[in-house]
Amino acid sequence: MSNKNNKLKILLNGIIKENPVLVLVLGTCPTLATSTSVLNGVGMGIAATFVLVCSNIVISALKKAIPDKVRIPCYIVLIAGFVTVVQLLMEAFTKSLYDTLGIFIPLIVVNCIILGRAEMFANKNSVVDSALDGIGMGIGFTLALAAMGTIREIFGAGTWCGIQILPSAIDPISIMTMAPGGFFAFGCIIALVNKLTKGKAIKKKSMACAGCPSAAACQSAEKEGC
Amino acid sequence: MVKDLIVILFSAILVDNFVLSKFMGICPFLGVSKKLDSAIGMSVAVIFVMLMATAATWPIYSYLLAPNGMDYMQTVVFILVIAALVQLVEMILKKFVPVLHASLGIYLPLITTNCAVLGVTVLNISEEYGFVESMVNSLGAGIGFMLAMVLFCGVRMRIANSKISENFQGIPITLIAASIVSMSFMGFGGLIENMIK
Repeated sequence: MSNKNNKLKILLNGIIKENPVLVLVLGTCPTLATSTSVLNGVGMGIAATFVLVCSNIVISALKKAIPDKVRIPCYIVLIAGFVTVVQLLMEAFTKSLYDTLGIFIPLIVVNCIILGRAEMFANKNSVVDSALDGIGMGIGFTLALAAMGTIREIFGAGTWCGIQILPSAIDPISIMTMAPGGFFAFGCIIALVNKLTKGKAIKKKSMACAGCPSAAACQSAEKEGC
Repeated sequence: MVKDLIVILFSAILVDNFVLSKFMGICPFLGVSKKLDSAIGMSVAVIFVMLMATAATWPIYSYLLAPNGMDYMQTVVFILVIAALVQLVEMILKKFVPVLHASLGIYLPLITTNCAVLGVTVLNISEEYGFVESMVNSLGAGIGFMLAMVLFCGVRMRIANSKISENFQGIPITLIAASIVSMSFMGFGGLIENMIK
């Protein structure tokens, strides 16, 4: 029974306690760029989740075979392979989403969440645990993108998933779907998370750095943390 | 020809600024913009690596991958080339130009996972730029990154001295400041159209 609870804990960890976007503040680039509407955000989330689960499984299965010194290049090649799979699948089956997300699909390779989980979780834990962690983190990422997308789409276009929500007499604030709106919505959501967790999230910022593969370099560059 | 290049350069620096309108390289933009010295060091390293990466990946794609029908390998090959290149540049600098290594060295490993570098190389291919145009576009993207970093560094210094509501301290206020800086860059929107006229 306790074993089962443990598995559930790993799964839920990524969704709430250590949400990669809202608490750990990883993967900011795709979060800001692809959350212009709910569907784009969810599409990006699912694509990244697929890559994350696959890379977590393979990396934890190969953790004994990969030499420690060259692990980062190995991880990157594995991740890039899965990203290519996703890219080809999306081009074949969801062409319009593929065109909207555009350059951000190949950029999943450099998404810090994926490399961060490989480094922090998959190379220390069993295959099943890593797969669960990947699913949890992936769902957390997707939900965060959907939340961002909801705010930006309702305020910026007056719609939700393409359905008209605000009466058309109200002019939508179209800047919300553009670049400044992305930064603004993200800033407000993180402030809200900070309020809900009463500042615990700010302290967890150091954990985001531990998950980042370039943490050591970053810290020496900045001397006072990331 | 020269006019086209100037248009590419300025649209990459101002209109389609990589950080503020394309959302690439947000991590270093938020992480390394606290001090002017580190902001400039990071930006110079990014410009350098972007140019090197474009000079390496464009010929690889055009003469090796595309003619052999292997263009689907683009992502894997590009990230490997960039990672290897960054390592190589670091080793060469350490051996032959220790002064430059001392000032840029710490920023180089960070750049492998910077999406702006991979982004600009992929974008050069998808926009079907020639070699010279690609190099100019990369230079523009790098200068644009530097401009955004240096400007934003000034904004952050002001934030550091102001009193911020508790929940907004740290990342949230930084993002909202970035939103305002990004809004000011939207003002460059019509620049290119008027320049061509």
